[in-house]
Amino acid sequence: MKVLTLNFLTCAVKACKSSSDSFPLHPKEAELAKDDVEINPQLLVNVLPRIDWAALRTTSTELGFPALPEQPPTAEELEADEKMLQELHSLLMETQIMEGKLVCGHCGHEYAIREGIANFLLPSHLV
Amino acid sequence: MSRPEDSLLADVHYDDTEARKYTTSSRIQTIQASMTRRALELLALRSPSFILDIGCGSGLSGEILSDIPASEGGPHLWVGMDISPSMLDVALQRDVEGDLFLADIGQGVPFRAGSFDAAISISAIQWLCNAESSETSPAGRLARFFNGLYASLKRGGRAVCQFYPKNDEQKKMITSAAVKAGFGAGLLEDDPETKNAKIYLVLTVGDAGVKGDITGVVEGMDGVDVLDSRRKGKTGRGEIKKGSKAWILKKKDQMEKKGKVVKASSKYTGRKRRIQF
Repeated sequence: MKVLTLNFLTCAVKACKSSSDSFPLHPKEAELAKDDVEINPQLLVNVLPRIDWAALRTTSTELGFPALPEQPPTAEELEADEKMLQELHSLLMETQIMEGKLVCGHCGHEYAIREGIANFLLPSHLV
Repeated sequence: MSRPEDSLLADVHYDDTEARKYTTSSRIQTIQASMTRRALELLALRSPSFILDIGCGSGLSGEILSDIPASEGGPHLWVGMDISPSMLDVALQRDVEGDLFLADIGQGVPFRAGSFDAAISISAIQWLCNAESSETSPAGRLARFFNGLYASLKRGGRAVCQFYPKNDEQKKMITSAAVKAGFGAGLLEDDPETKNAKIYLVLTVGDAGVKGDITGVVEGMDGVDVLDSRRKGKTGRGEIKKGSKAWILKKKDQMEKKGKVVKASSKYTGRKRRIQF
């Protein structure tokens, strides 16, 4: 699972919908892998405004990456700065969580990730 | 033709053998590919987008999303959800590019608000019309799905869901659930009244770059007839004139339902009295 996708995931439990702690999900015991993905600057610029930067900073620290700048780059800055584009691309698109767990900060529910596929099936009492 | 939806749950039906059969059948591949292209045409995406694939299965439709050339606004990034582990296993073996989730769409869509540019679903949402346990109902599952989908799409986003309804009742149930969630909804039917009829539910969030209402989606497309079955102008309520016999009968009926004592209606009910000197 890409780090980018993790930035959009929330807890699926009904009671967590209204809580702000249910986002972002916290990776635990994560095994990372790096995939080679062709860079697509236009896609990054397109997705950039929708990324929750604070959540991305939390995630990247939890995964053990160097700290990100406090403010997200603007679309123009990103287009102009080749290096930043490459760095963001490698963090968001190329870094994959292969094994581990995602933990909700509100209810503590653990979603298992196996072979890069997260299991979001809920037992019926949590739906 | 038998419908697998009638006998089994999606995750039970698509077991290892069925999933492999489904993915390797060249007939299914062609049909899925043509439906995905049609859905993409309806989504009208101009730049590389972030797309949710609902019921992605083995990634047949996702593959097409990743393969769109840059000249046509691709390649798109997609995230797939499916309930069948076997299907996802086949997708892993085929090394698809999108992220995969094992999830039940009837339990909602676990993404934060405004995540996706668009959503696509090929031959999946009719499964929502079946609920196999007493704790869930088709209407409830449909409502959770469409509410979740509505929230997870960005304003101005679109979703296209191709599905196989069992009958008109299912078609209506699915459409009305979508409308209730807030979508602008329309049905597009390819090859209507043939054996190969394909039904696409086209959904918009906000104005979605469409002029006017949902019929604006197909504006400028060749060979599309617009049939508007929405009610126009005054309906039902306004037609009964106050003081008329129908109005009196309606009022009497209402009172009776409230438990009041109401005189029996006869042919004289609501008639004018003769003029008395």
